[in-house]
Amino acid sequence: MTDYRAVFVEELTRVAPDIDPSTVGDGDHIQDDLALDSMDVLNLVAALHARLGVDIPERDYPEIATPARAAAYLAARAG
Amino acid sequence: MPSLGADMEAGRLVEWLVKPGDTVSRGDVVAVVETQKGAIEIEIFEAGTVRELTAALGDELPVGAPLAVVVAEGEAAAAPPEPAPEASAAPRPAPEPVVTPVPPPAPPAAPAPTPSDAAPAPTLPAAPAPAPPDAAPAPTPAQPAGGLRASPAARALAEARGVDLSALKGSGPGGAILYADVEHAAAGTPARKPAPMAEMRKAIAAAMARSKRTIPHFYMTQTIDVELVMTALEARNAEAPPEGRILLGALLVRAAVRAARAVPEMNGHYLDDRGFVPAEAVNVGVAIALRGGGLVAPALMDAGAMTLAGIMAGMRDLVTRARAGRLKASEMTEGTITVSALGETGAEAMAGVIFPPQVGLVGLGAPQLRPWVVDGAVVPRRVVTLTLSADHRVSDGRTAARFVAAFAEQVQTPEEP
Repeated sequence: MTDYRAVFVEELTRVAPDIDPSTVGDGDHIQDDLALDSMDVLNLVAALHARLGVDIPERDYPEIATPARAAAYLAARAG
Repeated sequence: MPSLGADMEAGRLVEWLVKPGDTVSRGDVVAVVETQKGAIEIEIFEAGTVRELTAALGDELPVGAPLAVVVAEGEAAAAPPEPAPEASAAPRPAPEPVVTPVPPPAPPAAPAPTPSDAAPAPTLPAAPAPAPPDAAPAPTPAQPAGGLRASPAARALAEARGVDLSALKGSGPGGAILYADVEHAAAGTPARKPAPMAEMRKAIAAAMARSKRTIPHFYMTQTIDVELVMTALEARNAEAPPEGRILLGALLVRAAVRAARAVPEMNGHYLDDRGFVPAEAVNVGVAIALRGGGLVAPALMDAGAMTLAGIMAGMRDLVTRARAGRLKASEMTEGTITVSALGETGAEAMAGVIFPPQVGLVGLGAPQLRPWVVDGAVVPRRVVTLTLSADHRVSDGRTAARFVAAFAEQVQTPEEP
């Protein structure tokens, strides 16, 4: 069974290699807490699309705002 | 050693990507240096054959110091080959022809930022390897998660000194392990020099203080209705896969590029000894905030020849490489105008400091929902506030107003990318 939180954090830290994955909390907001900018978010969405085949439309970006929300969203969409 | 960006006077050679006997073409990346703003790739501006590497890994080299000898095709060797010297702080003179990334004769000569106000600026090419239209590179993949990023010089030093790289926390952009990190770990002592981030702040402080000291800034502001273009972008992006989406920031950068083409007095460099030197190409600098603090403003080279999709791809690539510490020296020095945008959320306006020797900076606030008069009725519209910072030595209010008008016209005109 895919660990979507782990996948999300892995792709997150590929896009933002200066973020230590061990410090990312479930409720950390990727923009407010982890300081991703809009280009980083697009790169993350593109990476998740390439890896999982899940196309996240712009209107759903709030659904991946934290690792916890993203894990639930990706599990529902990829399943 | 080419110019490395405003007020950065030296760099440490950390990687050679060529060796004696290799043939090189103009624009090839031949070396990597560490600077106050992270690792920067050094390109070569002449084709030929590498005859000698005159600088050694680990050397701290001032701007202008020779790095290598490259013999052009058909050119006679000026001196017999010699072995590469031992690492030393002061590089010895190299025989002619010396090919540090020197400028080609092609005009216009755009200046490099001067190390000090008094020093004459060397010239640099406007664009060492202009990309054809739409040839913006795809974003460079980031390193695999969990992988160690360290320069070959850092790895070699770690091996020689028995330093476990996995135990180090890199202080370079993107957490990259720098040569200096290994040096400090090997010594078992805290850094003798200021940390890289402190160095970056020093570089920013020097450049911005020089800008404010020498450039008589003036500002012109206009708030622009972006409802139509944002609606068009949203509709377009709803049908596009992530790789094909366009951000508002790319559209704003393109508007700045087109305005710079329409008002050439805003696109170029100001030199103490020559005054304003307009640039033929629009190499638009894109300000990128780094998470650990500080910022870089690499240039998207010859952006005037790119479509909107090309500019978007180029910006993604710049951001990705800025995060990974893989920007090129030309991108750090040959910008002709800079755009600094606050993104899609945040404050509504930003009056920026011009990046010398440029003469204009486009500051853009985040979109705001505001009551707006359209066809005689007040309606809610999303607006963006542009603040142009301009150099009064080069332009006046009328010129700045032309730029602002050209920018506003571009932004308010939805079109296909």
